[in-house]
Formats: sequence, C-alpha cells, structure tokens
Amino acid sequence: MEGLLDVRGLTLSVPMGAGARARLVDGISFAIGKGEIVALVGESGCGKSLSALALLDLVPEPVRVDAGEILFEGRDVRRLPERDKRRVRGGGIGFVFQEPGAALDPVRSMGEELVAVLRRHRGLNRQDAESEAVAWLARVALPEPEKRFRDLPHQMSGGMKQRAMLALALAGGPRLLVADEPTTALDVTVQAQILALLHDLREGLGLSVLLITHDLGVVAETADRTLVMYAGEIVEEASVSGLFDAPRHPYTRALLASRPTVRDLPGQRLRAISGNVPEPGNRPPGCAFAPRCPSVFERCRGERPRLEGEPLRRAACFLAGDSGEGRAA
Amino acid sequence: MTSSGASASLLRVEGLSKSFAARGLFGGARGTAVPAVRDVSFDVPPGQTLALVGESGSGKTTTARLVLRLLAADAGRVTFDGVDWLPLPAGELREKRREMSVVFQDPATSLNPRLTVERLVGEPLEIHAVGTRAERRERVRALLARVGLPEAALSRTPREFSGGQRQRIGIARALATEPRLVVLDEPVSALDVSVRAQVLNLLLELQETTPSRPAYLFIGHDLAVVRLLAPRTAVMFRGQIVEEGPTGELFSNPRHPYTRLLLASQPAAHPSERKRGGAADAVEGGPPAPRGCAFRGRCPSARARCAEEEPQETVDGDHRFRCHFPS
Ligand SMILES: Nc1ncnc2c1ncn2[C@@H]1O[C@H](COP(=O)(O)OP(=O)(O)OP(=O)(O)O)[C@@H](O)[C@H]1O
Ligand SMILES: Nc1ncnc2c1ncn2[C@@H]1O[C@H](COP(=O)(O)OP(=O)(O)OP(=O)(O)O)[C@@H](O)[C@H]1O
Ligand SMILES: [Mg+2]
Ligand SMILES: [Mg+2]
Repeated sequence: MEGLLDVRGLTLSVPMGAGARARLVDGISFAIGKGEIVALVGESGCGKSLSALALLDLVPEPVRVDAGEILFEGRDVRRLPERDKRRVRGGGIGFVFQEPGAALDPVRSMGEELVAVLRRHRGLNRQDAESEAVAWLARVALPEPEKRFRDLPHQMSGGMKQRAMLALALAGGPRLLVADEPTTALDVTVQAQILALLHDLREGLGLSVLLITHDLGVVAETADRTLVMYAGEIVEEASVSGLFDAPRHPYTRALLASRPTVRDLPGQRLRAISGNVPEPGNRPPGCAFAPRCPSVFERCRGERPRLEGEPLRRAACFLAGDSGEGRAA
Repeated sequence: MTSSGASASLLRVEGLSKSFAARGLFGGARGTAVPAVRDVSFDVPPGQTLALVGESGSGKTTTARLVLRLLAADAGRVTFDGVDWLPLPAGELREKRREMSVVFQDPATSLNPRLTVERLVGEPLEIHAVGTRAERRERVRALLARVGLPEAALSRTPREFSGGQRQRIGIARALATEPRLVVLDEPVSALDVSVRAQVLNLLLELQETTPSRPAYLFIGHDLAVVRLLAPRTAVMFRGQIVEEGPTGELFSNPRHPYTRLLLASQPAAHPSERKRGGAADAVEGGPPAPRGCAFRGRCPSARARCAEEEPQETVDGDHRFRCHFPS
C-alpha cells in the first residue's frame, strides 16, 4: 500500500517536578497507507489523544515531543515552516477533537467556521463557500442545515457539535482524517450514517482515516487494521479480523472480554480488568501490563517485550510468538 | 411538603416543554420558536434507574437541564421527593440540591479548569458543609479511589487529564454528597470498555450499597449498557418520548418504528457482521412536518394518516408509545 503517514519513534513527556520528566508516549511507530482506515484503541489515559495531536505538532504545554519523526506525504511535519504547517492542519490532515465543546470557538457559528475553512483551504468565494458549507452540514447528517447554519456551540446538542467538528475537519479536503472519538455522542442510527460517510470518502476520494475509539463495535464496523495502545506504547497491531478472532496480547483479550453484550443480564457485573494503568513516571521496568496480567511470569517483570513480527499481526508480549497463539489465555 | 405516600416515584415529570428561538442562514433570531422538549412525562422510582435514549438532538440533555433547574421550563411540572420542584424558592432549592446531582456530557467544559481535583470533588461537600475539613479530605480520597484515579490526581487540574479521566472526576464529584438522584448525561461514552466496565460496576454497586440508594436518570447511546443498568427505558425523538417501557420488553418487542431502527442500527460485534449502510437511512433534510408524525419521513410503515394527524400516546400495560401503526 502507498504510504501516506509514517510515524517513527514518537516520544512525549511531561515535567514531573525536580527537573525529572515522565514519559507519556514511549517511542511508538506506525504507518497509514492511502485509503486505509486504521483504528487506535486502548485504555483511558494511555496516550491516544496526545499522539494524535502530535501528528499536527499541536501537543499542549507542558507536554513535549522528545523524539520522533512524523512523515506526512514524505515530509516531517514538525520541521515544516510555520506556513506549510498551517496548510497541513485542516488542509492535508483534518482533525476531530475528542471534546468538541472545548475545541469549538464559543462565539463563532458552525456555519461561519465552515465558510472560513472552505475559503482558506479550498479557495472558494463567500457565496460558493456558503452553499458548500450547507452541503457539508447535510453530509454529516445534520437535519435542517440552513436553519442550523448560525447556531453557536452552546445552542447545539452534544452530537450536533460532534458532527459540526467532523464537517469542519472534512471540508478542507484532507488526505488524512484524524478523528478522536468522533461518534461518542451520536445515537446509533446517526453513527451508522457517519461511518458510512467515512467509507464513501475512502472509496471515492481515497481518504485515509486514523480513528481513535473505545467502541469496539465501531472498530468491527469500520477499520481495516487496528493499533492497541497500553501505557504509552503500542502493544498490538492486527488486521481487524485478526484482532477479534485471535488477539495476541493479554491486554487486548481483556479489553474484548470487558464489552457488555446482549447476553448480559440486567444488574450483572461486567468483567473489568482489575487494577489501574500505571501512572506515567511510575511504570514498571518490565512489561507495563505485567502487574495486571493473568499470564505474567518471571521474565515479564524484568524485561520489556518489544513489538515484533509482521505489521498485520504483532504483539509486544513474550507469549505472542508465532506459535504462541492462545497460550496466554 | 412531603410525599403523600400515594406516589412511589422519587422524580415525577409531567408535561415538560421547552422551546428555543430559531436562527437561520440569513439573519438572526426570527419569531418562530423551535420546540426542543415537548410534553415529556416520566417517573423515576427511588433507587431505580430510568434510561433516556434517542436521536442526537432529540432533547435528552435539555430535559435533564430542565429537571436540574439549570434552564427554566415553558410548561410542565416536576415533583422531586414529594416537593413541587420547579416553583421552589432559591433558598430551599439550594438546600435540597444536595439530593440531586449531575454528570455532564462534556467534562472539558463543565469542570472549572482552575480548580484542583481535590477542590472540584470536595466543593459540593463544602457548599453543603458536610463533615469536618479532615473528614471531607478523607471522603474525597475515597471517592477518587473508587473511580480508579490515583492519589497523585488530587493536586492536578482537569486539563492535565485525558478525556476519560476527566469524566471520572465528574462522576466522583457528583457522588460526593450521596445524592438521592444522579442525572448521568452520557457518563461512560468517553471511556474505554475496561474503564467503562469499572465505572458501570461502580454505579450499580453504589446504587445497591450506599445508604442514600441513589436513583439514576441515565442518558446514553449504548443499548447494551442501558440494558445492564436500567429496568426501564424511554426513547426520545424530536423532543418527544415516543416509547417507554420495561427495558427487556422494549428491546424484544419494540412498538415504535424509531425504536426498531435504533435496535437495527447497533454496530457489529464482529467484523464479519458488517452492515455497510443497510440499516442507516438518510436523515430527512427538510423542515419538520407542521403536523402529523415527526418520524414519518424516515418511517418504513408510514401511511396517509401519519401525515395528517400527530399520534397521541397509547398505553398498553406498563408500556406506552406514540404511533398510529405500532408493531
Ligand atoms: N496537559 C497535560 N499535562 C500533563 N499530563 C497530561 C496532559 N494531557 C494529558 N496528560 C496525561 O497524559 C496521558 C495520556 O493522555 P491522553 O489524553 O493522550 O490519553 P487518551 O489515551 O486519549 O485517553 P482517553 O481515552 O481517556 O481520552 C494521561 O495519563 C494524562 O493524564
Ligand atoms: N441553549 C440553547 N439554545 C438554542 N437551542 C438549543 C439550546 N440548547 C439546546 N438547543 C436545541 O435543542 C435541541 C435538543 O438539544 P439537546 O442538547 O437536548 O439534545 P440531546 O438529545 O441531548 O442530543 P445529543 O444526544 O446530541 O447530546 C437541539 O435542536 C438543540 O440545538
Ligand atoms: Mg483521549
Ligand atoms: Mg445531549
């Protein structure tokens, strides 16, 4: 597959006091091909959103990029001159922020925002930009887009803000869409329409998508390939069917097991993974999942397993060797 | 002011309505008002959970804000713990508020970014002067541990957390005063499945073991979660409750076509079950019908009568729905 984005050794940290720094994201590498939909899943706080922001060189203070290359269409985003960087943001790469309420300008209507994006990145005149903006609001399944055009963020429901963000991210005609939990506030009927829209854009325009989601149903429905993160590292990479049929990392297996299913009884307790993710700056020397792992053994506590093997089926686990499938279950 | 005893509900909502002024592409506010919540009624018994599900933009959050009195209703009546809630004067409201708390949909904008987690979670305890300072500190620590956040979180501000961690701060804050009713607006939507399982287990456990036995008004999109948590479910569409009943029955025998569409649109559990646009039909783009059923534009079984006459509520045992041609 033709490469579009290539992330190599991305490392992020925050100051921890007394001059020390805590690693939040620890040397992750991954690539996204043209027209590929890649899902990024993982425990809350494992570094998904920060990694995504780093793709646009937008990590917030006091978080810092310590190392890593972000090659988008062959050029390192972080080394681009400011002007080209701005062109990548919203032009080459569209971004949907996790919490739209905080990302949208509270005093600008979504229509105006869209018009601004369309003029900046697509060079449309005001009139064309307005009709194109209305068309985008309709494409993201917002009912009555003309009437909604001048709505300010506080006048929109949670799911409407989310769809407005998506329209903004797509209107600039990006080659890559980075969408951080883009459907959490949508009911399943609208969610299905949004996922269908992403598929259409991929089929029609070759759009690539990095989809950050905790919803394994969305992964099953949309992704070609999945990256699983845990405590700042990618611990498994698999094709979507490989992930569901033969998960290799014990964390991935535990994640799949904690889904509520239609077979659960009312009031029944779900299978949560016991314990918590280690705090950044306080991660164990060996495998970060070792303290919570049902299959942990001596070696895991002293040595860090590496992500090895084919890109479509690899896991950072000593038990995930070629014949190790299911052994750690 | 106390309950007559005749009613078994902790929260009773009757005929609640709210409209907002309309805006358009050309020009500012115009005379017409857009109804966001129309004639909504439901009951939440003490210690129980009612789920509110439905279309995005159907009025779920607005209903919650009306109940919380963060927004003034145009019409309707709310009875909370036997008290006529909407006309309650400010002084009494402040006192009674402790019994009703909320977790908002968007934690990034609902938590004060300048306060530390310790202050944020402890604030409701301070406002209501619960316990001594030392007891409050202890309480805050215990709450944080229960939602799975480390002690180191105490001195940090909301911005220093991930989206899911922020949501857990909101949950700890809402549970601080041991309220009798907690309004939960998509409290687990931002959480990964494992942390979500922890939080749902916690909500169930708190409901069973806290002396105040909190009732929940739970707004959510994930029907598997709703099934687990709520014995009753109300489905909203365009500002109205279009169906309400016992959750199991509503899911196995939906009467309203929108409920059927919701059930059919659940994402696949496995990649081999992908639908690819099967269940998802287009959202109608035109203005809402001036009369008739609001769902008819998307309804597979709509007939002439649906365009003429708005369906009234039909009650069938403890199940109710608004549809001329229910299944
Ligand atoms: N501004 C900040 N200052 C300090 N620490 C931060 C900051 N932002 C995030 N962190 C920490 O970095 C880690 C990763 O955060 P990130 O937002 O990337 O998580 P995430 O994987 O997106 O989680 P979620 O699924 O909950 O959104 C978390 O432990 C978080 O506490
Ligand atoms: N302050 C406001 N001013 C104007 N319109 C508003 C305001 N608050 C809500 N609305 C409108 O009321 C309707 C209902 O919104 P509400 O937030 O209650 O929906 P919701 O069911 O919670 O949706 P979601 O699932 O997307 O969060 C929407 O059309 C919204 O745009
Ligand atoms: Mg995040
Ligand atoms: Mg809402």
